[in-house]
Amino acid sequence: MKTEDLIAMLSTNVEQVDHRSLNRKIAAATVIGAVTAIGLVVFALGPRPDLMHAGALAVLLSKLLFAAIILIPATLLLARFARPANGRKTSIALLALPFLAITALGALSLSFSPSSHWSHLVLGDQWLECLLSIPIIAVVPFAIVIWAVRQMAPTDLRTAGALAGLVAGTLSAIGYALHCVDDSVAFVALWYGGTIALCTLGGAMLGPRLLRW
Amino acid sequence: MTSEAELRAWMLASLKGDSAAHRALLTALSDRLRAYFRGKISRLGRSVTESEDLVQEALLAIHTRRHTYDPSQPLMPWVYAIARYKLIDHLRQTRASLADVPIDGADDVLAHDDHGDAESSHDIHKLLDQLPQKMRRAIEAVKLDGLTVAETAKRYGLSESDVKVSVHRGLKAITASIARERNS
Repeated sequence: MKTEDLIAMLSTNVEQVDHRSLNRKIAAATVIGAVTAIGLVVFALGPRPDLMHAGALAVLLSKLLFAAIILIPATLLLARFARPANGRKTSIALLALPFLAITALGALSLSFSPSSHWSHLVLGDQWLECLLSIPIIAVVPFAIVIWAVRQMAPTDLRTAGALAGLVAGTLSAIGYALHCVDDSVAFVALWYGGTIALCTLGGAMLGPRLLRW
Repeated sequence: MTSEAELRAWMLASLKGDSAAHRALLTALSDRLRAYFRGKISRLGRSVTESEDLVQEALLAIHTRRHTYDPSQPLMPWVYAIARYKLIDHLRQTRASLADVPIDGADDVLAHDDHGDAESSHDIHKLLDQLPQKMRRAIEAVKLDGLTVAETAKRYGLSESDVKVSVHRGLKAITASIARERNS
């Protein structure tokens, strides 16, 4: 096939294209992923029984705040890495800041508690459930986000995959927070932070295979 | 050689559905892509046909993924990022060493004075034959015979959005089968 014939073919009846559709699709995938993760938690695990009490609600809101601080920049970066020529990688490192901050807060809270309480503050009642639930629930939002990114043109597949995993893990953590009754900062730092980081790692490993085009 | 500003203006017009601008853009880009791929590939001792395959693959990718261009950004880094991605993917499949691909931009590579009559190893009709009937008919009517979407829809009793989607999916499928062909 001659290249000029290909160009002639591609240039016949050119369709209008909306360049804003990319950001819209990433945003839509994130919202749908959040709704699915919340739905899965509510139906499979059920919301925490004391959800309507002021104390529990305050803890829930601070967990959601933690998630939002990760989620918003991660989604913005994902939209950038879904395009070719995504530019500098430096901003990626900034995504670690919320994790470092909550780890510091967790360590600080432990230092103010007697060491006999440490094991309960760190392990809570349900550390194993948290460790399993967040990565498992994250599979669904991960599939949705990957499906959206596959329609774009990422050229750094490992980073794009990692960001998709980070977004999915955070969405899953948002859902799981509705169910989780372990409220210590150390618990959230270790088990929320750790499982979200695990999802990011998984995304980085799967990215090159799932996002190839 | 056409300037970044001119190419970008064509791209913006093409995103709005301007066929003439799209043609001018792809023609100008094909020269640059050819220079880019020949420059990289000749160093590895590969053939001209191989680089023309890559030119066409990159053009198809630019066409089917043009919604990923952010108009607030310069155009050529976007184009070269796609070209480089396709090149690395190609070399990975053909087991060349990735260390052989220089990271620097292609701006230092001068365009050769050859034109778009270079031929790739792909046969568009064979590629079309592999598509499901609906996609094949849509591409043949809209892209080869130059019928409008409305006329094509009427001819085959489809909705207009059905025709548009079939063309888009068909071109993506062609890009994918080119990649498969090259890897086999």
